[in-house]
Amino acid sequence: MDVLNVEYMLGLVPVLLGYLPLTLQLAGVGMVLALILACLFAVVRVLGIPVLNQLTIVFISFFRGTPLLVQLFLFYYGLPQLVSALTVIDGVTATIMGLTMHFSAYMAESIRAAILGVDRSQTEAALSIGMTNSQLMRRIVLPQATRVALPTLMNYFIDMIKATSLAFTLGVTELMGATQKEAAGSFLYFEAFIVAAVMYWIVVEMLSKLQHYLEIRLNKAYSR
Amino acid sequence: MIKLASLSKHFGKTVVLDGIDLTIEEGEIVVIIGPSGTGKSTLLRCVNFLEQPTTGTITVGDLTVDVNRASRADILSMRRRTAFVFQNYALFSNKTALQNIAERLLVVDRWPKEKAYQRAREILDQIGLADKADAYPASMSGGQQQRVGIGRAMATGADVILFDEPTSSLDPEWVEEVLGLMKQLASERQTMMVVTHEMSFARDVADRVIFIDGGRIVEQGPPSEIFHNPRDPRTKDFLKKILATNPV
Ligand SMILES: Nc1ncnc2c1ncn2[C@@H]1O[C@H](COP(=O)(O)OP(=O)(O)O)[C@@H](O)[C@H]1O
Ligand SMILES: [Mg+2]
Repeated sequence: MDVLNVEYMLGLVPVLLGYLPLTLQLAGVGMVLALILACLFAVVRVLGIPVLNQLTIVFISFFRGTPLLVQLFLFYYGLPQLVSALTVIDGVTATIMGLTMHFSAYMAESIRAAILGVDRSQTEAALSIGMTNSQLMRRIVLPQATRVALPTLMNYFIDMIKATSLAFTLGVTELMGATQKEAAGSFLYFEAFIVAAVMYWIVVEMLSKLQHYLEIRLNKAYSR
Repeated sequence: MIKLASLSKHFGKTVVLDGIDLTIEEGEIVVIIGPSGTGKSTLLRCVNFLEQPTTGTITVGDLTVDVNRASRADILSMRRRTAFVFQNYALFSNKTALQNIAERLLVVDRWPKEKAYQRAREILDQIGLADKADAYPASMSGGQQQRVGIGRAMATGADVILFDEPTSSLDPEWVEEVLGLMKQLASERQTMMVVTHEMSFARDVADRVIFIDGGRIVEQGPPSEIFHNPRDPRTKDFLKKILATNPV
């Protein structure tokens, strides 16, 4: 075998770029839903709301304690079997469900820790000017917790982008699935997967830059 | 008018406040003194329900609540009639000086933005920090932070401002500017309950000094009487010790 087939690689770039939007969509939608779910879980845990708290603990334990791939197969192959209305669930939906639940479990714990890390005096000051619990959560505690949780949450987002590649096992042709097909046709596996790897890498690097920028913005209030 | 009747606070089996009866007139400046651990902070914190009192009634203005029957709504309205200045300032660290002061007006009183910020700017002027409107707490000196803390309390328009050792965390160089602002408020007859070890402030500004020990009011009276003619041996003992370290 020759050295790298550079021409093939260059030709592959525009082809694979066409599948990048689906990859980003899976991760973007998954992240937004996971964040919403994680905030709800975190608040339930912090306030110790009876019943919901116990359910949340079990949910988090299950989705942290089992592999993402197993969860994806459960949703994709298992759910239609249980719920007859869902004779089929498409791969994109199953992937988004899996990513949402899996990552919300992790993110809930870091959001909870960040909320608990906000100094008690901030809550007391908010109460002392007559705020309600929901006002003080929204205006004082959550904004301060966000700053603390941001680096961890961004790391989960980066993980999630990479985890979208598992969707190809459910027959979704996103970046990984497309690469797999191209490589199978050309037998140039190394060339194809190195192009895909570099694409993931560039996306993640751009996100790291965004993370850095957001951290500077959120830390503005805390510099002397 | 503020009226506390048979106010008690227990932490488990420990009795921290043991039946406090106290009436404060509108515009009166009351300074509370006493050894540490005798319940001075707890007393102030009970008045605005940062602590749930165990028994008693609290009256602020035209609202009277029996602490055991206080609903959430009662507690909220009691908190809205009282303001608190904390020993450690406790400014909202994610908000600027201006936003700290405007927060009450915006969120609790639901004033329109423009009106709330205009009022907050007036208060910043009064506390001498107009140039710090957009500064965050982390970039301000202790003295400046505590003045904003007082400004935040002023914005509430509360019937009484409760000060819990407002100068105890400050480096000595910032104490005077905070006491100066408190004197200014006192001269405007803002009703105040002040816990402090600053005996010169008590002497010069208070209408009444209250000595608390063991969760009870031991002795009270005008500053001249308490400082020059204390009757109870515990008051004498306390004053001797405190005046040795904080001379008037
Ligand atoms: N949250 C609490 N739980 C248990 N004990 C407390 C609590 N807060 C205060 N105490 C106790 O109540 C007593 C009075 O405290 P405090 O009101 O802070 O006194 P002071 O302000 O006069 O120094 C102290 O013995 C303290 O240990
Ligand atoms: Mg105290």
